Amino acid sequence: MSVTTAAAAAEPANAARPASRWPARFKAFGLALIVPLALLAFWHVAVKAGMTRLIPSPAEVAEYMVDFAVGGIWDDAFSATLHIHLLASMSRVYGGFALAALVAVPLGILIGRNETVRAVLDPFLQLMRPVPVTAWLPLSMILFGLGARSAFFLVFLGAFYPILLNTVFGVRSVEKRLFEAASMLGCTGSAQFFRVVLPAALPSIFTGLRLGLGLAWFVIVVGEMTGVPQGLGAVIMDGRTLSRTELVICGMIVIGIAGYLSDRVVVTIMNRLLRWSPSHHG
Amino acid sequence: MAELPILDIRGVGKIYELNGQKIEALRDANLVVRKGEFVCLIGASGCGKSTLLRIVAGFEVPTSGEALMWDKPVGGPAPDRGMVFQDYGLFPWLTVRQNIGFGPASRGLPRSEVRDTVERFVNMVGLTRFADAWPHQLSGGMKQRVAIARVLANDAEMVLMDEPFGALDAMTRERLQDELLDIWQRTRLTVLFVTHSIEEAIFLADRVVVMEPGPGRIASEHGIALPRPRDVASPEFNEVRRDLSARLHSHHARKAA
Repeated sequence: MSVTTAAAAAEPANAARPASRWPARFKAFGLALIVPLALLAFWHVAVKAGMTRLIPSPAEVAEYMVDFAVGGIWDDAFSATLHIHLLASMSRVYGGFALAALVAVPLGILIGRNETVRAVLDPFLQLMRPVPVTAWLPLSMILFGLGARSAFFLVFLGAFYPILLNTVFGVRSVEKRLFEAASMLGCTGSAQFFRVVLPAALPSIFTGLRLGLGLAWFVIVVGEMTGVPQGLGAVIMDGRTLSRTELVICGMIVIGIAGYLSDRVVVTIMNRLLRWSPSHHG
Repeated sequence: MAELPILDIRGVGKIYELNGQKIEALRDANLVVRKGEFVCLIGASGCGKSTLLRIVAGFEVPTSGEALMWDKPVGGPAPDRGMVFQDYGLFPWLTVRQNIGFGPASRGLPRSEVRDTVERFVNMVGLTRFADAWPHQLSGGMKQRVAIARVLANDAEMVLMDEPFGALDAMTRERLQDELLDIWQRTRLTVLFVTHSIEEAIFLADRVVVMEPGPGRIASEHGIALPRPRDVASPEFNEVRRDLSARLHSHHARKAA
């Protein structure tokens, strides 16, 4: 591809990619495993040494995880229900996140571009911002009732602010020079919005989306404390009530992995769309 | 009657207001540029040369006087006056090709025409191999070639250049000066070029306009009669340089006195 050859030939700006990336990747993978493995070993030893009787050993959790995912070991109320809870949580996380993005990105662009909208909305939004999402729980239960809608609302709220603030920042920090360049080339007025403002703000918007999605997974446990029957947050709450710590840990692990994977998806899309940006190469 | 000039600057002045304080950046500037001329504006910082250029570009509105292009007042930035900035001002999310095609595409030219124009100017500035690279992958000299090409691809009649080679190393600068002269001679462009290098001004210009600070104004104009291509090492070139140098310094000496 001509782009890569250009990059390699074009002087110092961009270091050429190494020809063989596998050894490097292997090394990175190995290094990344050190801390989790050490933690697992410590956990195992601590449980075996009898430091606690309330926490199951890693092997037991692994066994429950298999049962939670496919069943066939314990065959209790939670066996082979992982996909149900995961799907329930994912629908709320992605639904709330998508709604937040749909509202926050256009609103952020408006606030960033329009003085009047900024004067009207910015003080209010800044005032509401310090209120933690968790503090909204009781009100959201009153407003939306016990159940999925309340969880959905909390996820929306959690994802909303990072997306909004980063969009405003991105739109407001477009270099003045680029507007000058566009206008002397014949691109003026509202045409500049799609050809200058939006592409220039895209890196910030993506930063906001990434933070927002992370927070959506963060908030889901709180959101699903409000009496929903399904969802990973509900599993964790049930595990706590039933004193089934292994279930709590299984829920935590699934949320961690799901959150990580969805972040990787966003990062992959981002790196693809922002190939032009020197700070988004991987 | 004399031929209508492409650019006629009449009594242009600019006063900025900064924290309630008035700063006179430019006072009563008068300058006539004919089509195809290469004019350099030279002077110390604060002499208003960039302000004058930005008024011609339409980025700044003069406080007094007016700038006329083909006898019509300049009403704002437009494709007939292309600007080349010292910091390039390329769109980082567009490739070399797309940057050069930005103007033609903005004007709504048909796709095939945009493509042909882009190809022609990519080749003209020698960036064929880098046509699909992004600006951050290019050296400073290459970026400035793109900036020049996108203005030319947009059919600019007059190119305004604000210390375009000021951030480049000496070798790259000399090559780009040669290339610019080559393009200028082939296309009959009109160039208004701001610089603070006496040598650069004499090497490039048909006419050098000397400006002075405090308040910024045009002090004198000097036709450069040296035959092209010019040799910066020749005795004739040095004579002109000594002359102009003395002129610039006498302005400064007068001001200091």
